Parts: sequence; C-alpha cells; structure tokens
Amino acid sequence: MTDARGVTISRAVDRAIRAHGEETYPHECCGALIGRDGRVADVVALPNTTEEGPRRRFLVRPSDYREAERRAAELGAELLGFYHSHPDHPARPSQYDLDHAWPTFAYIIVAVAQRRAAEMTVWFLKDDRSSFEEGTLHHGENPHPDTAQAVHG
Amino acid sequence: MAKILIPTPLRPYTDKQDAVDASGATVGELLADLTRKHSGLKAHLYNEQGKLRSFVNVYVNDEDIRYLQREQTPVAASDTVSIIPSVAGGVEERGSGIVSGTVAAETIPDPHLPVAAETIPDPHLPTRDPQLTNDEVKRYSRHLIMPEVGVDGQRKLKAAKVLCIGAGGLGSPVAMYLAAAGVGTVGLVDFDVVDFSNLQRQILHSTPDVGRPKLTSAKEKLHALNPEIEIRTHEVALSSQNALQLFEPYDVIVDGTDNFPTRYLVNDACVLLGKPNAYGSIFRFEGQASVFATKDGPCYRCLYPEPPPPGLVPSCAEGGVLGVLPGLIGVIQATETVKLIMGIGEPLIGRFLIYDALRMRFRELKLRKDPDCPVCGTHPTVTKLIDYEQFCGVAPAPSQPVAAGSGTELTSLELKQRLDRGDRLTIVDVREPNELQINRISGSLHIPLGDIPKRYNELDPDAEYVMQCKSGVRSGKAADFLRSVGFKHVLNLKGGILDWIDKVDPSQPKY
Repeated sequence: MTDARGVTISRAVDRAIRAHGEETYPHECCGALIGRDGRVADVVALPNTTEEGPRRRFLVRPSDYREAERRAAELGAELLGFYHSHPDHPARPSQYDLDHAWPTFAYIIVAVAQRRAAEMTVWFLKDDRSSFEEGTLHHGENPHPDTAQAVHG
Repeated sequence: MAKILIPTPLRPYTDKQDAVDASGATVGELLADLTRKHSGLKAHLYNEQGKLRSFVNVYVNDEDIRYLQREQTPVAASDTVSIIPSVAGGVEERGSGIVSGTVAAETIPDPHLPVAAETIPDPHLPTRDPQLTNDEVKRYSRHLIMPEVGVDGQRKLKAAKVLCIGAGGLGSPVAMYLAAAGVGTVGLVDFDVVDFSNLQRQILHSTPDVGRPKLTSAKEKLHALNPEIEIRTHEVALSSQNALQLFEPYDVIVDGTDNFPTRYLVNDACVLLGKPNAYGSIFRFEGQASVFATKDGPCYRCLYPEPPPPGLVPSCAEGGVLGVLPGLIGVIQATETVKLIMGIGEPLIGRFLIYDALRMRFRELKLRKDPDCPVCGTHPTVTKLIDYEQFCGVAPAPSQPVAAGSGTELTSLELKQRLDRGDRLTIVDVREPNELQINRISGSLHIPLGDIPKRYNELDPDAEYVMQCKSGVRSGKAADFLRSVGFKHVLNLKGGILDWIDKVDPSQPKY
C-alpha cells in the first residue's frame, strides 16, 4: 500500500454527505462512495438498517452492498468506500468502526453537532488491522472559495 | 472446485481478480483453500480465534450460509460463492449517551488501540441486539422468566421499531401495550386533536386533554408509562407522498385507521416496502384482525381487491362503535406485533379473525395469497403508491354549485327562518330511535332511513319535507329516494342536527 492515502471529493459530494448527516440527525447516516482512481464521483445514500439504534450505529445490509457495487459497475467505476456520520461525536473512527473495517476502503466520517455538519475526515484501515490511519481529503473539480482547501483537522 | 466472487476491498489481496477458483466440498474448505492461495485475506476474513468475522457474509448462490449449514454448507462446482461485506460502524459505545454541543475529549477513542479480542462479536449472531440495563431487567422480569421470551426476546423488542397509524381507538391500546412491553421505538402518526367523543374508547387520552393534539397527549402518557423507550411522533396526514419515507425506518406497521383510502395506502406501502402490517378494524360490535404483507402471506388487497362503493360502509362516526371493542382488537394487533418481533408462536398470517362482541364469538377465515393480486401478486399492476382518495371514490367532488343552485338543500338558519315565518313544511328525522333520545328538532316526524322505502306512503308527495339526520349524509339519501318516487318538494338539511345545534339551538347536546 502507498503512504498518505487520500480521496478527492467534489463540492457536490461534500454537500451531499453533509446534507445526509444533517437530515438523519440525531441518527447516523451512511452511504457508498463511487468513483475511480481515488476520485469520488458520486455517493449513494443507503438505509441504515442497524438494530442497535441508529443514534450510535450504522449497518449496511449485504443486499445494499451488492446494489452499491452494481451501481458502481454500471457507471464503469468502483466502490471506493463508505461514509457515515457521527452525531454529536468527533469525526474520528471508533473502536467499533475499526472492528468492522475493510481494507482499502476509504471511510469518510462527518461529525454532526446539533444538526450542523462540522468536521469531515477520511480514514483507511492499516493492513494489519491494528488501527486506522487518517488520509487526506482533497476537494476536486469546481473549487469554491469555501471548500477549496482540505477540511480535515 | 467452485468460483468465489471477491468484493472490491479484498481484491488487492487476490492480484486484483474479482473471482478466484478454489477447491473444496464445503464453504469452509473453499475458504481455507482461498486463504492458502491468497494469504493476505486471512486477517480480514477470520478473527484471532479462527472464526469468520461477523461482518463477513458468505453466500452460496443467493443464500446466506447462516441460513444453510454455515461453513459446513456443501458446494458443487456449479455453485457461485460470494463474499459480501456488511459495512458497519458508529460512535463509541462507552460513555453515557449522546454528547451534545462541544465534543467531550474523553470520548475520543484512541485509533491506535489494538483490536481487543473480546470486542469481536460472535460471528454466529446475525444481528446484535442492544443489551438490557439493570432497570430494564427489573421492569421486564415477567417477560424474562418465560423461556419463549427471555433476555434474547426482550432485546429484540428493545431493538424493534413499530409505527402505529392513528392514535385513536385502536392506536391507544396498541401503543400502550407496546410501550409497556418494551418495544424500543414506538412511532405514532396522527394529526387530530382530542374531542369529547373520543374519550369513550381512546384510552390514551383523558378529559383534560380535550382540545390538545392527540400526539401531545399520547406522548405524555406513553413516556410516563415507560421512560426507557423512544416515542416518535409524526403529526402529519398520511399520504402517498410521505408514506414510504415515514414507514422506512420501522420494522412493523400497525394499521389503526378508520377509513378505506388510508387502509389501502397502508397496505400498499407495506407491500412495496416488505414490512408486515398488523391490521385491525372495528365497526359497531364487530372487529377484524389479521397480519398482512409478510413475505409469503396475503395482503389486504388479496382479500378486498377493490374498496366498497363510497357510502356503503359507514364509518364509526356514522355507525357508532362499542367503546371497549377497540381495546380487544388493538390488543390482538399488539400481540401479533410482539410475536412478529420475537419470531415466536403462530402469527395471524393467512388467517382473518372476526370478532362479534354481542355474541362473544371469534370466527376465523382462511386467506390465501392471490397470485393475481394487483399489488403483491406475480404480475403486480400497482408498483407505486396511487391516489387512494380517488381509488376509493371519495375524492373531493369538483366543486359544483349543485346543492345551492338546484335548491335541494337548505341550511339550519334558512330552516329556522321558514319555521318562524310559519311555512307549512315537515321535518323528517331519519336517524335511529336511540339517536333521537340524545337530541331532536322539536316537531319533527321520525322515520328511520331503513324504513323509508316501506313507509313513504305515509307521506304526501305534494307536501314539502325537510329531511334531517346527524350530519346530512343519511338524510341526503332519504331525500334522493323520495324524489325518485315522485315527491316534488324535498329538501335536505345541510349539516344535519349538528349544524342546527351550532347555529340555532345550542341548548341541546351534540354527539
């Protein structure tokens, strides 16, 4: 694996993730990141099907995962990872995230404090599953003064 | 030898291949061969104890091996084995609930913590239901000591989300018993306010609640009953535009509606979303209950593909309802709901229960899923929500000035003026005798609607009559009938005796 991994998201993708997190607050939202070569072209919002209470958890059903892969294939792209929100919690992966993480996927986390989307970060699982390492969130095409710079902390 | 499909995140470990051939007679042997060939996969598929990780799903063709023989599931060369990730995550379990406002530093987990073995969930549990607190163990102890429920069943209840359509006669007992039983999330859809006439049966609401929104009153009662659960209120009129979105987060929908358009809407939305519908309905002394829209069971439309013509089946407001009846039917709906959640017993699927309170008898009809059903059949014609008001023929009629223009109706004030003037006209009250004991316009003649066809010869076809009932619906039918048999001067009292009491004689009680 290369060092200093990252993903590039457009302003529309950035907005879509934030809006989804605000919409489902105080519950967690989740969705798939679709694109290629580290550039997220589109997001697919997925239903949060956890039975443990969506305030603290998200779960993507195998059927929805298949659907996300199928969507990616249709677009000639691939599944780059997933995003989810941490309502009233920092945009840092939890132990639970780590326990359930998949290699190579980009995990974007958006913190939503009091219904307002705040910090957004991206994480990758280390090969030995020991921890996540923070990646770089680039803002790609259509740079806008507000979002042109990386927002991670 | 069989083909194993590899998901995107694992392809770096299989030289970018999306499918790999492996040999073995069972899923376990195939996966062992796969990880021998591609050793980087092992850490991601298996935990430290050598068991498949809980978020690794393995399918043989389209079947999850958890529902087959797990890793002992036999695999033929023609089968396709897929590894499908469950993607999960979330905020830390530690700490006391949601940290609001500023972020508390101590809740930030250290991302460099090694994976602790005990935090890896049992891979043989397909779902992981929330734990019970000590208070909850006390509260639900009468459940917990029954092996059919036990801690596992109670945790399923805690994880469950149930939506009650309506917080009225049926919704009251349903919501109260579900809340008491520990269903973790109870949602309520209603937009009405509490009326005095509701209190005879809608036990969520009390006399001081009259005039308050039903949901405000319901939330208070349910919260007082069980503060451990979440009550979600949706103060909207259920419609084709919002039903799917409203239902989506819930596991079971309980239909406590009182009209056909909403009943078909609830049914169709449940079928489209694949969510069971715990159905109940009540009228006068009779109730019905069933469970519709389960995977292989029938739906409401298998029983009634088309709604009855408008006006044929009166509503409870017109026909009345025994106050304790919704108690019994609602409790049947609540019983079926908790059984569905816990997966115990014989659900009321494919069976239609009819209860007669006067005879105190239950009957059961067998229901079959109709392959030609327009919504759940093999070739459904209803694939999205439609206009149910129109479907049931109760769409608001295009506003034609028929009534005023053709002079077939008159208002309470017009009637009062004409009586005061001394006009020769006779008021015919077509309500049932018991209704006349409540209120009456003095001087009226009494012929119940059902008797009009055999008693109209008591009336004079050339005289002038004003037909009257409670709200103007039944008297309208009586007026139509009399005109059809040659009566020349028949008017209908618009708004019935209720409007008369509002405008002319407020001394009488309304019902």
